[in-house]
Amino acid sequence: MFKAKVLIKRRPSILDPQGKAVEKGAEHLGIKNIRDTRIGKYIEFIVETDNKTAAEKEVKDYCSKLLSNPIMEDFEFTLSEWTPSEEKSNA
Amino acid sequence: MPDRTKSPVKSKPKFGVVVFPGSNCDYDAFYVLKKVLGYEVNFLWHKETDLKNSDVIILPGGFSYGDYLRTGAIARFSPIMNPVIDFAENGGFIMGICNGFQILLESHLLPGVMLQNNSLQFVCKDVYLSIENYDSPFTKGIESSKVLKIPVAHGDGNYFADEATLKLLTENNQIIFKYTSPSGQIKDEFNPNGSILNIAGIINKRGNILGMMPHPERASDPVLGKTDGGMIFNSIGKYFLN
Repeated sequence: MFKAKVLIKRRPSILDPQGKAVEKGAEHLGIKNIRDTRIGKYIEFIVETDNKTAAEKEVKDYCSKLLSNPIMEDFEFTLSEWTPSEEKSNA
Repeated sequence: MPDRTKSPVKSKPKFGVVVFPGSNCDYDAFYVLKKVLGYEVNFLWHKETDLKNSDVIILPGGFSYGDYLRTGAIARFSPIMNPVIDFAENGGFIMGICNGFQILLESHLLPGVMLQNNSLQFVCKDVYLSIENYDSPFTKGIESSKVLKIPVAHGDGNYFADEATLKLLTENNQIIFKYTSPSGQIKDEFNPNGSILNIAGIINKRGNILGMMPHPERASDPVLGKTDGGMIFNSIGKYFLN
């Protein structure tokens, strides 16, 4: 099995009002050197197959058809081998 | 444009209102269409695949699937959307209102995306709309130069599309409603959410699919003091009779 970690970022051409508002907060905090705050999404999940090629295909499908909207977002992901026992040790 | 002229029997259209988990303007739309405007209406549960012979499908406002991930992103894959997309591709009429508009964008039945309001605030107030295209069945029946007063209620209503898409939308007369002043002036200060070109509603190139952020169903019952929204429903109604 595999663990997928997906990062979804707004495309550079798309405004991010949320990032701008958060940056205002930094200003008010006195943190002064922050620029270009962009807020994205981090999503992780398990892929139940031992075939890496199949796993990659499913993750790409999931990312491009549902998790991200290609008009405004780009995605990238990593896949790492995963066994159910890891869950217990991480818990 | 769908060709209704070959239809042997001209009658008032039958409406179907899709109900997604989290829809909350479904009953308003149903009530207005049936009780105020006198159309036949059916609810269409999102898990069903039968459109109940509807002539016009309404994708209502609300927060389908809690707006999780992106507005409209999950509703787009509800079972009812398969026949709805087929219906649209065959020229059937669809009106997506607010969250319904967002679902149409996620379904790629209309171009562009909906971003968060530039104010970052949920905006709930009456707005004024100019009609930019009077040739559409959705607006044909409305008197010319009419500025519509209809409320908006949304957090993600900031319509965006790239330049190439905007060029096509303009060239094909697909921008149907713009946010304006009460007298119809298109200016930034009357734009409630930052939408590019003050866009409040668009249609597809074929002209059978409308997406709009304002809520016509909330401005149709005279008891509520506003009736401009009803003009849009009646415009499509008249189109079926002519």
